[in-house]
Amino acid sequence: MTGERTRDGSLEQLKREGRIVVVGASLAGLRAAETMRDKGFTGSLTMIGDEPYEPYDRPPLSKQVLLGNAVADHTALPRRRAIDADWRLGVPATGLDMAARTVRLGNGDEVEYDRLLIATGVRARPWPNPEEAELEGVFVLRTRDDGEGLQRALAAGPRRVLVIGAGFTGSEIASACRERGLNVTVAERGEAPLVGALGAVIGRVAAEMHREHDVDLRTGVMVTALEGDPAGRVRAAHLSDGSSVEADVVVVSLGAQRNTEWLAGSGLGAGPRGIACDAGCRAFDVRGIVTDDIFVAGDVARSPHALFGYQFLSLEHWGNAVAQADTAAHNMLSESADRRPHLWVPAFWSSQFGVNIKSVGVPPMGTEIIVTQGSLSERRFAAVYGYQGRVIAAVTFDNCRWLPFYEHQIESTAPFPPPYSTVDRRPEGNKPVPADFPDPSVPTHGPTITLSGYSPADRKMTFTPGR
Amino acid sequence: MTQALLREIIDYANRANPYPLYEELRKTPVSHDGTGPYVVSTYYEIHSLLHDPRISSDSRNLKATGDDPLGESADDEGAALPPSFLKLDPPDHDRLRRMTNRPFGPPHTPHRVHDMRDELHGLVDGLIDGIATSGDLDRVDLVDQFAYPFPVTVICRLLGVPHEDEPRFHVWAETLAASLDPDPDADPAQRGKGTTDARMELGMYLAGLIEERRKNPGDDMLSQLATADGPDGAMTTMEALSTSALLLIAGHETTVNLITNGMLTLLRHPDVLQRLREEPGLSVPIVEELLRYEPPVQLLPQRTTLSDIEVAGVAIPKGASLWLVLASGNRDPKRFENPDRFDPDRKDIQHLGLGSGIHSCFGAPLARQEAQLALSELARRLVNPRLLEDPPPYRQNAVLRGPRHLPIACDGVLPKAA
Amino acid sequence: MRLVVDLNRCQGYAQCAFLAPDVFAMHGDESLLYNPEAAAEQREDVVRAVAACPVGAILLELTDEDMADVVSQGAAAGAGSGGTR
Repeated sequence: MTGERTRDGSLEQLKREGRIVVVGASLAGLRAAETMRDKGFTGSLTMIGDEPYEPYDRPPLSKQVLLGNAVADHTALPRRRAIDADWRLGVPATGLDMAARTVRLGNGDEVEYDRLLIATGVRARPWPNPEEAELEGVFVLRTRDDGEGLQRALAAGPRRVLVIGAGFTGSEIASACRERGLNVTVAERGEAPLVGALGAVIGRVAAEMHREHDVDLRTGVMVTALEGDPAGRVRAAHLSDGSSVEADVVVVSLGAQRNTEWLAGSGLGAGPRGIACDAGCRAFDVRGIVTDDIFVAGDVARSPHALFGYQFLSLEHWGNAVAQADTAAHNMLSESADRRPHLWVPAFWSSQFGVNIKSVGVPPMGTEIIVTQGSLSERRFAAVYGYQGRVIAAVTFDNCRWLPFYEHQIESTAPFPPPYSTVDRRPEGNKPVPADFPDPSVPTHGPTITLSGYSPADRKMTFTPGR
Repeated sequence: MTQALLREIIDYANRANPYPLYEELRKTPVSHDGTGPYVVSTYYEIHSLLHDPRISSDSRNLKATGDDPLGESADDEGAALPPSFLKLDPPDHDRLRRMTNRPFGPPHTPHRVHDMRDELHGLVDGLIDGIATSGDLDRVDLVDQFAYPFPVTVICRLLGVPHEDEPRFHVWAETLAASLDPDPDADPAQRGKGTTDARMELGMYLAGLIEERRKNPGDDMLSQLATADGPDGAMTTMEALSTSALLLIAGHETTVNLITNGMLTLLRHPDVLQRLREEPGLSVPIVEELLRYEPPVQLLPQRTTLSDIEVAGVAIPKGASLWLVLASGNRDPKRFENPDRFDPDRKDIQHLGLGSGIHSCFGAPLARQEAQLALSELARRLVNPRLLEDPPPYRQNAVLRGPRHLPIACDGVLPKAA
Repeated sequence: MRLVVDLNRCQGYAQCAFLAPDVFAMHGDESLLYNPEAAAEQREDVVRAVAACPVGAILLELTDEDMADVVSQGAAAGAGSGGTR
């Protein structure tokens, strides 16, 4: 801890009677609020959320909820403690005045803050043609309401479901549909499912899983148009290869957009790629100068990670939201010398076709991949991604108990290819192959990790203003 | 230094309280000298090795070394039965464990263990009733009268082994459990012979049962192991034999220690015993804390390195023997606050008592249910129980460590719950 | 009774699915699916599941209603805290 003489009492005053505002009442916002109260913050706490619901958990929406094993409105997050907040739910934040330290709300209210945490997350990227997007039977899946609506549509027994985009969410939706016995077509622009997140070597395994479960998987195609019937219900989709698919439910699963539009013109370094912040979660302004009173956490944040060359990572990961919220909350209530960097090693999971997919590190940084344990064809394996001679990421299919080892390999910048033998090494694990990620300049369906930018120390940054 | 310390740990004289020796051991997280095993005693190092794919559980990867007391018995074992999944690596381990899990747990049999609760409760009631009617409450042996017969009956019913055969395989189980015990002074040839004979006899006994179940399958696990044909295919007869032998021995030799160590610990902590009497639900955190504080399996003596590795700054060559001292890791002050304090209110309790990683205890959920029920009912029904000998006499085994007898006295036995 | 499982931490040991099979279910060998709002009568099972999780991944919040007749909540109180690293 810093010595008393560096303190001027302002932190204690902030903790005692300050005003903290959290914009974004989901996982990151809630966990941050709990941490602040845990750290003895007794001032006023305002939680602002555009959805009318208290914080809920999203991962079940594409799994248990679609399977009918859980109800969308029963996904509220358990609380770790009471947070005694002033909840402003169902009202979006519409503007920020950094000089006056106020957040403007959709209903015209203004809320003053001494410290602001922005955790506005992302939303589903909508179907680009607004008229087609309005057709009945066309869905996205991000919110509780989305999940409830889609579940009802699936329960009604559609003749065919079309999923546009085979990222994690799209693949999970396809898996749930098949489990419910529904016909499903998946259209993916890339060469295989999950290519953006895990590369084509693993993507080809995912493609086999789809096909083995009788998913009509179409890769290398784009959906060019959705067609409705006279009653305004979707009935077909037209594909770039000239074919068409008749479907009465269409799920648009094209990744996410960051909720930063409300910050346009505020002077904060916010844009379509998120809000840039330092490793301590403090937001940058458009000049590249770090703010002292505005913090960012969760899916909307982009922050430099020491383990990955200080690249700015945007991580749409549940675990990142939890860890970054905790760090942000800690730092908001700490003297500068007591602040901590957000050093969480990226990790995510997906459950599809009965297979547990887990990953640590940043697979898209990998140029090569080697299957160190098990076999791709058996769909039980561990594979390691290499980048410039070091281990940068790992993925397991139904083999997750080994993952802590690989996480340590990443943390300790272990050499790639791994110079050791392992249990269950097969002939395919003898040498690395190209990981085969798509060219990053070609847009894909929502990779979950976006790499961009450089160390805050070396460069000035240019931000695209919000649209 | 290490060898001397290992000798002390194995020395029966220190069986009642090996923890000061473990504390000494932890001063060197990875200790080794001469040609003996590399002994790992600190929490984080053990934990990471349990998840390290460069570590094998298959003793065929072990380079024979003169001072490893397990070198011989491990080799001899193969003569009678093939290694069980406990001593195999993936993919064989994973396949056999999946197949064994099919009739036991989720996803295929999700309710089996949960739905045994009433049956377990009935067994506990009956055994405690038996203590009441035995007449002599001035000297009750909680091992012979409770902690041994309870899990043995459970594993026999689960597997479908006739309970009247119990005295026969009791002997085999003891012998085989003892073979895990690294006793450097034992004559390896003699021990190996005893182990081989016991495995052979147990194997033949089980082969007869399996043959019979193939003809007349019941809803017991032995029938299901012998006849199942899932996505992983069917087990060979030899695989079914070594798997059922493993379950039978594990069911015999581990839960008994958990329950006995549990009662011993509670009798040494009367405040906790009193709380448990008033709140049966406290048995849940008590059992977790017991798995940390007095784990029934003290160490894993049969891992080996597939590559040269480095652990806590110590280079361990390929083919070396590793001992992972779980019970020591559980008392590591770098991981647990006040590690030598028995504290069922501990919030942070990710113990190593059931292992971790792919070889983590197969029967864990059953052991938990058995121990929770046993301890809460013993606490509730025994009136003023007290230890007659402290420490009680221990079993020889340093690996599967627990009292051989737990003599207590009590003033009465309350009736079972209505 | 609200609950959430940190599935980054989860390693598929399935203790919860054994001990509270009406709330937690394995989907395949390693994936866990669970009901994020379990019925009050599942409380004892869920508390056992929370305590048995080898990686401390289950965070359970008991509602006031659930708390009313909880004799011991020592196990539940520790849910979600702590970590291996």
